Amino acid sequence: MDRIEILKQINAIFIDVLDNEDVVIEETTQATDVDEWDSLTHIQLVVAIEKHFKIRFTSKEIQSWNNVGEMLNCIQEKGI
Amino acid sequence: MKDFSQLKKNLKKDFSNLKMLKIAVLGDTATQFLIQALRGLGYDNGFNLEIWEADFNQIERQVFDLSSELYEFKPEIVIVFQSSHKLLGKYNKIKPEQHSLLASNELEGIENIYSSLSANLNAKVIYYNYTEIDDSIFGNYANKTESSFLFQLRKLNYELMVFASNNANLYLCDLSSIQNQVGKNNFFHTSIYINTEMVLSIDVLPLVASKTIDLLNSLNGKFKKCVILDLDNTTWGGIIGDDGIENIQIGSLGIGKAFSEFQYWIKKLKNRGIIVAVCSKNTESVAQEPFEKHPDMVLHLDDISVFIANWENKADNIRQIQSILNIGFDSMVFLDDNPFERNIVRENIPEICIPELPEDPADYLEYLYTLNLFETISFSNEDAERTKLYQIEAKRASVQQKFTNEDDFLQSLNMLSLVESFNKFNTPRVAQLSQRSNQFNLRTVRYVEADIERLIIDEESFTFSFTLEDKFGDNGLICAIILQQENSDVLFIDTWFMSCRVLKRGMENFVLNTVVDFAKENGFATLRGEYLPTAKNEMVKDHYPNLGFEEQPNGNWELNLNNYENRKSFINIK
Repeated sequence: MDRIEILKQINAIFIDVLDNEDVVIEETTQATDVDEWDSLTHIQLVVAIEKHFKIRFTSKEIQSWNNVGEMLNCIQEKGI
Repeated sequence: MKDFSQLKKNLKKDFSNLKMLKIAVLGDTATQFLIQALRGLGYDNGFNLEIWEADFNQIERQVFDLSSELYEFKPEIVIVFQSSHKLLGKYNKIKPEQHSLLASNELEGIENIYSSLSANLNAKVIYYNYTEIDDSIFGNYANKTESSFLFQLRKLNYELMVFASNNANLYLCDLSSIQNQVGKNNFFHTSIYINTEMVLSIDVLPLVASKTIDLLNSLNGKFKKCVILDLDNTTWGGIIGDDGIENIQIGSLGIGKAFSEFQYWIKKLKNRGIIVAVCSKNTESVAQEPFEKHPDMVLHLDDISVFIANWENKADNIRQIQSILNIGFDSMVFLDDNPFERNIVRENIPEICIPELPEDPADYLEYLYTLNLFETISFSNEDAERTKLYQIEAKRASVQQKFTNEDDFLQSLNMLSLVESFNKFNTPRVAQLSQRSNQFNLRTVRYVEADIERLIIDEESFTFSFTLEDKFGDNGLICAIILQQENSDVLFIDTWFMSCRVLKRGMENFVLNTVVDFAKENGFATLRGEYLPTAKNEMVKDHYPNLGFEEQPNGNWELNLNNYENRKSFINIK
C-alpha cells in the first residue's frame, strides 16, 4: 500500500477514535499538535490501527514514534 | 455489543434525565478506560454514573484513612479492582516459604478493606475476582502444590466466594469468567500493559463494564423474572403439528441433544425462581402432548406457569401472559427461533428482551450463556416455589369467575396472615421483595439485607412483614411496612410495598388496620404517607386517598388516627 493511502486510512481512524471530524494529520503531525491526542487516546489509536491493518506493534515501537511519519514507517516495515 | 470507542462517544450525550448513582472505583492498576466504559455503558442502561476514581494503587490509603476523598465522596457503590498481575507481583516478592500463605494473607486484607468500607459508608461493595495467570513454574504439578501461584490464585477466588456468601453487602463481579469466555489473549494486551499499567485490553472493556452494570441493574431492581418459550424448533427440534410426537427431536433423536440441554437450562432457571411461560402457534392439545407423553422431555406441564398455544399473534398472547403474571414487560425474556416472530413481538412490545437466537440450535446455549440475562442479587427458598404460586393464582382466577359478589369470594378464601417484625428469618425475603417490587411500591426505596439488619436494631424504626395464605395455598411473605418515628405524635410510612400477586384481596385494608392498631397502642396520633412516582408505580398513585388519608399542602398524605374506623377486611391474623 502506498504511504498516501495508509495516511488516508490512519486519518479516518484518528477521526473515529478522537471523535472529531476536523482532524487532519500529516507526516509531520505530533501528539502535541492535536488536542485530543493524549497518552490515553494514544493507546486507543494504537489498538485501532493494529486491528485495522491486522498487525501488532511491539511495546518498544509504541513508545518510539515522534510523529505520524515514524508511525507510518513502522506500519510499512510490517509489510503493509 | 458496542465497542469501547462507541461507548466513549456516549460520554458526550445528555445524562441529565438519567438515574444518578455515585460510584467510587479503587484499583491497583490504571482504571481510566474502565471508568469511561462504565459511564458510557451506564448511559445505555439509563444511569448517570457519577464516578470518582482513586489515583491508582491508593486502595489502602483511601480505605483506612477516614478523612480520605473516598469517604468525603460518599459513594453508593464501591468497586474494588485488585488485579492478578499485582497479585503475581506480590507473590514474586515474598520469600518462597511464605508462598503458601498468599491467599490467606490477601483474603485478610480484603476482609479488612470490606469491614472498613461497610463500617464507614452506607455503600455496596463490588469486588472483581481474579483472572487466572499460570506462571508455568510447576506445570500441571501446580495443581497439587500449595505454594504454586496458580494454587494460591484459585484458592483466593474460592475463599472470596465463601466470604461473599457470608457478607450481604459484598458482591463479586466475575472477571475470571469473562477471561474464560474470550481467552487470555483477548483479555490482556501485553504491549499496553507494559506501556500503561492497564491490565484490560481495549476490546474486553465493554464486557467488563457490562458484567459490572448487570450488577448495578440488579441492585436497582432491574432484572428478569420470566422466560417465555416458543416450542417448535426452540424447545424441541421439528414441528409437532407436522412431524408428530414420535418424530420431534429431543433426547437421542437427530440433534435432540441440543434441545435436551436447552430444556435442562430452562428447568434450572425455573428451580431458581424464574417463571417459565409458553407461547406457541399450535393447537393447545397438540402442543401439550409432548409435555405429557414424550419420555425424553425434561420440561413438564407443572414447570410451566402459563401455557398459551393458539393461532393468534404472539404479541397479543404475550400481553395476555403479562396480564396474568402482573410483571413488567422489561422483566421478560422471549426465546423464539423464528426471526419473523421475534420482530413482530419486538415491534409491538419494545420493552421485552428478545435475544437473536443463532440459526443452529447447537449454538443456542453458548450464545445465551454470554448474555448473562438472569443476573440476580438474592436467592431464597421462596424462589423455588414461585412456579407453584403462579399456577395457584391461575386456579384462583378461575374460581373467582363463579362468584358474582366480590365479598363472598374473598370470604370464601379463608385468608390468614402472619404479621411479624423483620427478623433474621424473614430478612432475605424482605430484602428480595424490596428489590423486586416496582408497581405496588409507594416510595421505591430499595433495602438490601444489611440495611434491614440495621432497621431491626434501630429504635426509631418499626417494621412489619405480612404473609398471606388461603385455601388454595400459601403465598408466603408478600408485603412489608417500615415506619419511622418523626416525633411523639407522628409516624412516617417510609416504605410500603406489596407483591402484585395478592392484589384485590383487601390486603391494603388489613395492613392499614394492623398499622393503625400499633400506632394507637403506642400513643401516636397521625400517620404520614408519601407517594414518590416512578415509571412503574402509577398503580398506587391514589393509594393513600383511597385509604382515607388527607392531602397536605406539601403533597404528603396524613391520616388522623383518633377517628379511624377499621376498614373492611376478610383476612384474619394467623
